[in-house]
Amino acid sequence: MAAIAAEHAHSHDHHGPLHHQFEDLEQQNEAYLVGMWAFLVQEVMFFGALFLAYTLMRWQHPMDWYFAHNELDWKLAGVNTFNLLLSSFFAAMGVRSAQLKDRKGVLLWLAGVLFCCLVFLGIKYVEYSLKWEHHLVPGPSFFYQGEANPGVAQMFFGLYFAMTGLHGIHVAVGLIVFGILWLMWFFRKPIVTEDYMPTEMCGLYWHFVDLVWIFLYPLFYLIPHP
Amino acid sequence: MWRLKFAPDQASTFAEQYDWLFWATTALTIFFTIVVGLLVIFFALRFREGKKVDRSNAHDHHLMLELTWSIIPLIMGLGIFGWASYLFVETRQPPKNALDIYVIGKQWMWHAQHSNGVRENNMLHLPSGTPVRLTMISQDVIHSFYIPAFRMKQDVIPGRYTQMWFTPTKPGVYNLFCTEYCGTQHSEMGGYVVVMEPAEYQEWLANGGDTVPVKPMTMVQKGEKIFKDKACFKCHGDQDIHEGPSLVGIYNQRRVMKDNSVRLADDEYLRQAMYDPYAHILKGYENTMPSYKPKSTDDLEGGLSEEDVLNVIEYIKSLRTSPPMTTPAIPPLATGVPPTGVEN
Amino acid sequence: MSAVPATQAPAPKPKSYLDNGHTVASWLLTGDHKRIAILYLISVSIFFLVGGIAAGMIRTELLLPKGVFLENDSYNKVFTLHGIVMIFFFLIPAIPAVLGNFLIPLMVGARDLAFPRLNLLSWYVYMAAGTLGVIVILLGGVDTGWTFYTPYSSLYSNSQVGLTIAAAFLAGFSSIFTGINFIATIHKMRAPGLTWFRLPLFVWAHYATSVIIILGTPVIAITLLLVGVERVFRIGIFSPELGGDPILFQHLFWFYSHPAVYIMILPAMGVISELISAFSRRPVFGYHFVAFSSLGIAGLGFLVWGHHMFVSGQSMYQGVVFSLISFLVAIPSAIKVFNWTATIYKGTVKLDTPMIYALGFIGLFLIGGLTGLYLSSMATDIHLHDTYFVVAHFHYVMVGGTIMGYLGGIHFWWPKMFGRMYPDNWGKLSAVIVFIGFNLTFMPQFVVGYLGMPRRYHYYYLQPEFQPYHIMSTLGSSVLGVGYFMPVLYLLWSLKYGKKASANPWGASGLEWETASPPPTTNFLEMPIVTKEVYTYDAEKAEAEFEHRQELIEEVTG
Repeated sequence: MAAIAAEHAHSHDHHGPLHHQFEDLEQQNEAYLVGMWAFLVQEVMFFGALFLAYTLMRWQHPMDWYFAHNELDWKLAGVNTFNLLLSSFFAAMGVRSAQLKDRKGVLLWLAGVLFCCLVFLGIKYVEYSLKWEHHLVPGPSFFYQGEANPGVAQMFFGLYFAMTGLHGIHVAVGLIVFGILWLMWFFRKPIVTEDYMPTEMCGLYWHFVDLVWIFLYPLFYLIPHP
Repeated sequence: MWRLKFAPDQASTFAEQYDWLFWATTALTIFFTIVVGLLVIFFALRFREGKKVDRSNAHDHHLMLELTWSIIPLIMGLGIFGWASYLFVETRQPPKNALDIYVIGKQWMWHAQHSNGVRENNMLHLPSGTPVRLTMISQDVIHSFYIPAFRMKQDVIPGRYTQMWFTPTKPGVYNLFCTEYCGTQHSEMGGYVVVMEPAEYQEWLANGGDTVPVKPMTMVQKGEKIFKDKACFKCHGDQDIHEGPSLVGIYNQRRVMKDNSVRLADDEYLRQAMYDPYAHILKGYENTMPSYKPKSTDDLEGGLSEEDVLNVIEYIKSLRTSPPMTTPAIPPLATGVPPTGVEN
Repeated sequence: MSAVPATQAPAPKPKSYLDNGHTVASWLLTGDHKRIAILYLISVSIFFLVGGIAAGMIRTELLLPKGVFLENDSYNKVFTLHGIVMIFFFLIPAIPAVLGNFLIPLMVGARDLAFPRLNLLSWYVYMAAGTLGVIVILLGGVDTGWTFYTPYSSLYSNSQVGLTIAAAFLAGFSSIFTGINFIATIHKMRAPGLTWFRLPLFVWAHYATSVIIILGTPVIAITLLLVGVERVFRIGIFSPELGGDPILFQHLFWFYSHPAVYIMILPAMGVISELISAFSRRPVFGYHFVAFSSLGIAGLGFLVWGHHMFVSGQSMYQGVVFSLISFLVAIPSAIKVFNWTATIYKGTVKLDTPMIYALGFIGLFLIGGLTGLYLSSMATDIHLHDTYFVVAHFHYVMVGGTIMGYLGGIHFWWPKMFGRMYPDNWGKLSAVIVFIGFNLTFMPQFVVGYLGMPRRYHYYYLQPEFQPYHIMSTLGSSVLGVGYFMPVLYLLWSLKYGKKASANPWGASGLEWETASPPPTTNFLEMPIVTKEVYTYDAEKAEAEFEHRQELIEEVTG
């Protein structure tokens, strides 16, 4: 990809943030926004299929779902929820600073986002490793001794790992994206300093990741007694 | 060299109704294909470059014309939809007096069992003129039970019962296929449906089918044996006790669950009670019953096969408060075993 | 529609996109949508050949009731290969990724798609998926059918299901990237004056297609991923043995895979609108109806998936609703056919190669669409479901429709893509052979399906009455094969020996015809400004011009 970027940069008449296929920065920014929203719609459908499977299974086994969810630690995840909300706030402030061309502000706020990312992944690691120790990872080593039907409990944990895992991958991608963004700001790359749109798009993505968690948290950790 | 065949045999009441609809749709299809096709060819040739024809006053759009050719096909389509849905709904409502036959699909054979216990593989003997209801389940992957001469097909799914019904009309031998791709020998999974005169069918049944020489146990008898072997009667006696409810006379009754929902005790319900007893717990009981779901299809290990479950259901059906009418062969009290059941 | 360059001075001959670098790197690292389109053209052609060889093996095997040369397992793998390659690697990318990629920036008057690097990435992802597909074949193939029905695919099949799923997953993302690119480009990069209702219908069709891709493809991606998870970790999602629900898989699968049919056919319809209009010298009749019918199909197309499941055990009431909506979705397609017919009326029709393909499309699509009625009406579907009738129906729509549209489009825009004309008589001949061969192949399959031959069978020893139809079908398929192979030869020949094409060899309207053939890398030397409506054809004027030309020719020849 580096080679593509290099080739691309060569074809530019100028090295500003404007790409050759656009007339002006406004058109470019609008196109980016449309593209980003189309991507997010795609993401919603991507998670949507999993939410549908979740709904169907919880509807079929409400009691087992309740019993199985007792194995999860709502407090740890609650900390993570707060942590993600905070990071979304940081991201929003970062975008604002980018619009104001306040480089120091951007670097500070984005560092906050990166920190929250790491905290989230750290807590997720603790949660996953506890499940691993308790043999609650579906597969041959799965062993569950609770009130729920073991088969259904395995389905519950299967979906738990599939959905939070997919979300976790999105957080990890966020970490990379924000890391690169931070470095670009740090090295004063005109592509970000002269145009706030790349920062805003990263922010949009981050809000989406946050929003998915806002749904995942109650669906897995806060199930009321049916 | 060959005698070309253009239509499959017509051997059920549904097949006759079906073919009317089929050929009506075909007439419509041919009509539209020819009319539009000819128009396209005619216009393309008539208005060819170099032809001196009137090209003036050509419209680019015409609302009334658009509406006409949207609404007329819509009405025709809705007509076919109504007709087809009417027929379809009928195929989903078996009459009460239908003859029950049970079918199990597995890679790569069909296994059928008649109510008196006669079993057959890749063959299905049926009486003509009688409505027949098949209750079907698969032991492994999805199959589909298809008899072209009856114009009838239903997927056979693991984990749940599906049903189909039809009334054969013409004695004869007809193709039986599996139409849902099910693995290596999918194209060899099939056989024949043999429709016989009712009297002939009774004789065939009484003789235990063509293949089984010994007089077989009825399904109810087999179910009762399983009931005894698995000691189901310890919890499900002729009275409701603390360990479990009585199963006498519960078939097709409404049952109140722990969460106050009401469920009909039908075949599906009973099967679930055996395979997944925790799914729904009867009001007043705890989840103390073990699941009788086998670990795998090859290794029953304390579980019940799909066939066993069917037999037990048939047995539970036969448990009435008065001595069962359909199966006088059963002496529920003579053996000292109270009429019992396996519901949770 | 017409462009008025800001200056009228004759521009110097620009360097075409084909001459902008001749190294391998200049192709493999290009951001130019036209070059990426050519990369796609080469790759989909190779996959079409692979899928076509598999089709030939299937047809040969079915000549005899006992099979000719394949065992059970090999036959199952061959038809699975045919389905997966043709659908995921040919039909879905063919028109959008080749013609759409090449033409959409030209048609909207832009220098490139909005995200050129994403576009190149989509080709690499597609090639990665294709490579995985080839690895699957080398490792022994996969035998689930392209539908991957559970629990067969997740627990029972002993073939390369995991890798195949990964390949389909990647191919899906390749088309998502293309879809995002088209949506951003069509929304934001239209030339000044090019309003939505001045867009060619080809662009409208691709817009609708992109919406379907973005809403549908992620669902199949995650569904296939779950099948993989169930297969590897034995987590019950779709298999009843593990507590899952096999019908849930079918719902999720068809939620994408029915709209996927529209991903294949809508772009073809867009091509046909362009061809019919250009070769009749008439604006497309009822432009707004045709444009909105594309969106109507895209919307309703998401609500009909249950008609693949009438006999699967879904509830009767679900069936009734899905059947009703399936009848409704037929209407926008009917509107298109009627409008094309009305476009030809009072036109000045030139029967050049692309037009022959377009007329062939109408014929095959009519039959394909109308036989869909049998399958959307529940009662008739009970008997025909999963028989050769269904096979014939979807080949009429997807092959008769999409490939006729694709070949018509390739013949129409070939001079634009490579700046060369091909021999028109050979083109016409190939179109006629394809049309005849196609009907010979698939018409008998309707009959054999009605007789009850299930699909995915290679053995019908006990039903010899099916054989005559299979023989006809196999004979037809060899005619069809010849028809498909001919364009490869004369089109390749034309690259070197063909007559040089002018900027607008067909006299067609549209921005893509106002730049050189082949276009320069930046598409236009002066960015166009649009002042006219779409499809500025005049049949009467065209006829007068034609007669004038004829007179001149007569004068010269005496």
